Formats: sequence, C-alpha cells, structure tokens
Amino acid sequence: MDLKQRHLLDIASLSKNQIEEILDLAIKLKEVLYRPIPKVPTLRGKLIIHLFYEPSTRTRFSFDRAAKVLSADTLSFTAKGSSIEKGETLLDTVKNLEAIGADLFVVRHPVAGAPHFIARYSKVPVVNAGDGAHEHPTQALLDLLTVKEKLGRLSGLKVAIIGDIKHSRVAHSDILAFQKMDSKVYVTGPAPLLPDPKEEKYYKLSEDSFKICLSLKEAIKEADVVIALRIQKERHGKAIIPSFQEYHEFFGLKPDYLNLIKPQALLMHPGPINWGIELSPALEKYPFQVILDQVENGVAVRMAILLTLLTGGQSYEGAN
Amino acid sequence: MRVLIKKGRIIDPSQNLDCVGDLLIENGKIVGIEKNIELKDDVKVISAEGCWVLPGLVDMHVHLRDPGQEWKEDIETGTRAALYGGVLRVACMPNTTPPNDSPEITSYILKKAQEKGYVKVYPIACITKGQKGEEITEFGRLKEAGAIGVSDDGKWVQNSEVMKRALLYAKHFDLAVISHCEDINISQGGQINEGYFSAKLGLKGVPASAEVIAVVRDLILAKETGKSIHLAHLSTKEVIPFLKWAKEEGVPFTAETCPHYFTLTEKEVDNYNTLAKVNPPLRTEEDVEAIKQALKEGLIEVIASDHAPHSVLEKEVEFELASPGMIGLQLLLPLSLNLVREGYLTPLKLAEYLILNPSKVLGIEPPSFKKGSKAELIIVDPEKSYVLTEELIKSKSKNTPFLNKELKGLTKLVILEDKIIDLTQPGV
Repeated sequence: MDLKQRHLLDIASLSKNQIEEILDLAIKLKEVLYRPIPKVPTLRGKLIIHLFYEPSTRTRFSFDRAAKVLSADTLSFTAKGSSIEKGETLLDTVKNLEAIGADLFVVRHPVAGAPHFIARYSKVPVVNAGDGAHEHPTQALLDLLTVKEKLGRLSGLKVAIIGDIKHSRVAHSDILAFQKMDSKVYVTGPAPLLPDPKEEKYYKLSEDSFKICLSLKEAIKEADVVIALRIQKERHGKAIIPSFQEYHEFFGLKPDYLNLIKPQALLMHPGPINWGIELSPALEKYPFQVILDQVENGVAVRMAILLTLLTGGQSYEGAN
Repeated sequence: MRVLIKKGRIIDPSQNLDCVGDLLIENGKIVGIEKNIELKDDVKVISAEGCWVLPGLVDMHVHLRDPGQEWKEDIETGTRAALYGGVLRVACMPNTTPPNDSPEITSYILKKAQEKGYVKVYPIACITKGQKGEEITEFGRLKEAGAIGVSDDGKWVQNSEVMKRALLYAKHFDLAVISHCEDINISQGGQINEGYFSAKLGLKGVPASAEVIAVVRDLILAKETGKSIHLAHLSTKEVIPFLKWAKEEGVPFTAETCPHYFTLTEKEVDNYNTLAKVNPPLRTEEDVEAIKQALKEGLIEVIASDHAPHSVLEKEVEFELASPGMIGLQLLLPLSLNLVREGYLTPLKLAEYLILNPSKVLGIEPPSFKKGSKAELIIVDPEKSYVLTEELIKSKSKNTPFLNKELKGLTKLVILEDKIIDLTQPGV
C-alpha cells in the first residue's frame, strides 16, 4: 500500500490497487492463524490502542487478536470508566494516549468523522473501526476477502444488500468497496431506511453499478452475494419500522427467496444477527452461508492493515 | 466642527440617492450634499475618491452571546467587530444564557451596550419563555425595557397556536416578529444539507422541507393574523415559489438571507470542516443561484450576517458535537458586494437591503443623509483586496470558513456624529 496513506479511514479514499494490496497481504497472513503457535514477532514493541467509544465485541476482539498474533502490545479504552466521564475531550484523550506511547489508534466512535478528526491531530496512524453512520472500512475489506476466497473473483458480481441502508456504516463501506472492484451493488429495504435520491449520486460510482430497489426480489434476483444487515434496534429500527414481525415478513430473508439468487450464491451478515428479523433461522443451515468465515477473515484483514500502517507492509518475520 | 467628504459615491437608500459628490457635516449633523462644495476655513476635509459613502449598515441578525457565553463574544467585542464591518446598528438575538426573555436581561444588554458598545444595540427578546415554545413572553414589558422585536432564533415555535398568539399579541406593541424557520421534527439530528455530502460524510442530512414547511406555516399565520412576519436566514430554492405566492396574495412578510447562503455551498463541509457547519446548512449551487435570483427579484429584501461566534471549544471537536454558526459582521459587506459585482443588485439596491429594509422591519428610523440627520455613515473602498487574517477579525471568535481567504471591499472610515474613526489606523 501507498506509504503516503498514513491512516485507514474509509473505503472512499482507497483505490482499487490499495484494496487489492491489502487483500493479497491478508491472504498471505492468514496462514499464520493456522500454525500450531499462531504468532509472529513483526510488531513486537509496538503499542496499539483500541479507542472504543461504542460497544463492540466482534470488531474489538478481532483487532485485538490481529494485533497479538503480530506480537504488538494492546491497550483497550472504553468510554465507560474512563476520563471521558470526567469530561475529557476526544482531542485531549488522544494527545494523552500519544504521550503514553501509542503507535496506532483503532477507533470506534458513535459520531461520523471522529477517526478523521483524530487523524487530523494525531502523529500516529488511525484505523477506523466504525464511525457513526459513516463507514466501517475493515468490515468491507473482510467482506471482499471472503467473497474473493469463496467465489475466486471480485469483478462482475451482483451484490445485494438488504436492510437499513441509510444508517448502516457497513452498507456504506460495502457499497463503495464492491463497486471499486468492478461489481454491481443493489440495495433494498424499507423506503425510510434507504438513501435519499439526492444522496444516490455519491454512492453510484458508475452508470449502472449501483441501484436502490424498492423490491427485495429485484435486488436479490440473480445475485452472487446477498448481505443482510442487522436492524439496529437500539438506534432507528423501532421508530421507523412498525414491528419486527412485519419487517421479517416483508424485508427479511427467508428460504423461499433462495430460488431467486444464483445457485451457490453467498449469504453474508456483518453480525450480530437478529435471527427471525433480518434472517430466517432456517437459513443457518444454508450451505453457502459464510458468516463465520467473515469473522475469521476479519482477523487476517486487520493483521494486514496493522502491518501495512506500522511497517509499510514489509514481509512479516517468520514467514514460511 | 465641520467635516467635508469630497468626491465620494454617495448612496442613500432613504432618499433613493446614488451620486458622486460632496457631503458636508456640521456639529455631527448632515448639512447637505452637492456636486461640489468648496470651503476654506475651519473644516476637516476627507477625500472619498473611489469610495462609497453610505449610511451605517443595520445588521438585524447578530449573536452577541452576552450574557452568559462571554468566552465566545461579548457586547464590547461584538460591537467592535460590527464597527469594523461598517455595521453601526445591530439587533442581537435572545439565545443568550439565560435567554433574553425578561425585561431585566433586555435592560442589562442595553446598559452594557451604552457603557461598552461601539455601535447601537437593539435587543430582540424571546417569543416564548425560555425559548421553550410554550408560553409567550411579556411583550409589553419587554418593549418598555427596550426590546425591538421578538424571536426564538435557533428554534422554531412549533406550536402553531402559540405562534399565532404571538403574532396577534405583538400587534399591540409594534414588535417585529422574527421566525427561525425549521421544522425540527424533520431536521432533528441533522448536521449538513441532505444530499451528496450527507452520504459522503455519513452525517444526517437536513432536507429543504424542514425550511419550506416552516416558512409556509408562518406565511399562513401572517396572512390570517395580518401581522407581518420576518423570515430569518432563508437558504433553499424550494422556499422561493412560496414567497412568490405570498407576494401575490399580499401576505405581510419580509424575508432575509445571509452572505453565506449566496456565497458558499455544502462543499465547504467536506473533510468534516466544522467551520462550515451552520444552521440552516449550506446548500447546493442551485440553491445559491436561486437565493441570488430571489434577491434580484426582491422576494428576499434583507441581508443580515447571522454573526454566530463560537470558540475553538465548540469548533475543534467532532463534527456532530460542533456548534453551528459562523461569524459574519466583518464579512457582511465584502461578501454582499459580490452581488453588485455579479450584476444581481445595483449599489443602491444593496444599500436598501443592508440599511433601509432591516430598519423598516425593526420599525426604527433608518440612518440617512437627509438634511438635519445625525451623521452615522461609513466610507467604503469597494475595490480594496485583503486577506482576512485572525488579526483583522475583531470578534473574540475566529470561526469562519473565510479565515485567511481573500476578500474585496473594506470599511475604512466611520463617522458617528462628531466622532471620526479611521479604521485603517491601529488601536481604535
């Protein structure tokens, strides 16, 4: 990856080339995870600080695991029980943690642009682990990696994303990521949860590579990849959707729809899943459901990102 | 003492006057305007060649932040910024801490303005107690204390019954009623204009409907009550057809916009630039063009700054946490002059929008060059180019996207009765 790219803030600012380089490195690094002792000393002595201003299990553990496989030290910060409750500003927190010796920040924050804000003032690299309703770039990269592994390519695919597109940072990153790799993205969900037509221009990277569909069937028809999103109960879901049952009935993915998508099409979900709302529990047994593969790939992708930002992507020590 | 201003372009909207000539002041009062006045003894002569001579600007939408938020601005610094911007009268909005909803606060503002102010201050009081939108304030006592109008600026009075009551009750006291048009149900949590950049930055967008719905409701109430409503800081092209409708129907209303709405677009917020966060948000090129057209057609007849100072504490933070607003007192004139440069307004029309019309809305005698009027004038070099450095900004706060940008048009000299203030000299 281009060394001038000091941070990983969003998919929007990555080129196709840069994405490919991260994925290639992730594929190479994945091997480490299968070793009897899954650890290499590459980032020994580096301090990675996880700044999590929002609850997270998967993403935080995944980053932590990635850092530790590479032998970095990690410190975790959660908004609860920290100085933020004493009124410390984000900027001061960051400056203090820099003084403590941070070499890289992984940032999860409830407001859009918080990692960009930190990056503007930080001397060390910043990785966005999800900012408000903006982007979740590492999730999109691990989605790409999973599709590449399972389908052997990333171009010429039709990807359907179902759910709360308007407020989903995962959707926003995926929409850009798959298009950048020359695939098409169709999104669908209840209309109040779809992007405004005025926003479409931003998401559409080329003439027919992006479409907002009112019809679920149109969106998933002949799809190679179907990504179901979690209805964010705690944020917008309840007020906008009349009921979760109704959501499941009209916008949830059920076995009856499987004949519309391509045979062997992948079913993905960024997690955590609300079974019975966005996904029918019957789909857990769908053979091309790759939800746990996504989680595993998350570790590899994050290893690649940490390595790239902290060492410029040099080959890791102890490689076979 | 006699002061003779020579060879300026003299523009006085109160008399529909735009001519090149000489203006004579004696003992702080306007004596007359002639093509050529020759005096020898006992006269201070000021050359205004290449400059405009205007009555002082009247900015009817200013936040002085005093009382309660003096780290951002106070009456002294705010009026000093006004002076440097050629604004010799400001109407200050009531969203102070506490809000100006009582005669005591109104009196405090006037007293402090008298002691520390560089220019005249006209307090605007709240429409409702605590700006809560529930009960109207004591319009009568507020008026007696010196309030000139009422507004819940920053908030729209959502309850239509309360707003109607306010319009009716304001008739007794000849108070201007100013509305911040924003349907908060739609705009709640909104950060920037809804569109390309709200998608790009992942920030909640504010659609035009938030403004349009509020404007239409207010126009309908103005029509029903017969009391004029002043629509503050309009920003979208979508409101224009409704302003046309209201004109045709004879609805009593006046409309205002601010320089940033005819100068800047939503592009400014890219990279989470909090200096460009403002409410209503900066819109698109199309909106900018529509606002300029509306000014040209006279649908919008007042230009005000919506001077909204915020310190780094409110601006050097995450975008969603940043306070909306930008300073504007020293930008009002240079940015508005672009409307003349681009052919949307004549100099006389611009002077009308910056001096005469806001005076009318507020119900005050406009500053004028009529014989016998008190001298209250500015001399402006419309072609003077300069970079707006922090040093030049006289406000306590420096929050503007125009910081370190080049501007054109500068107020060089102010005359307030017998005081001559040369703004080009240090230490006024």
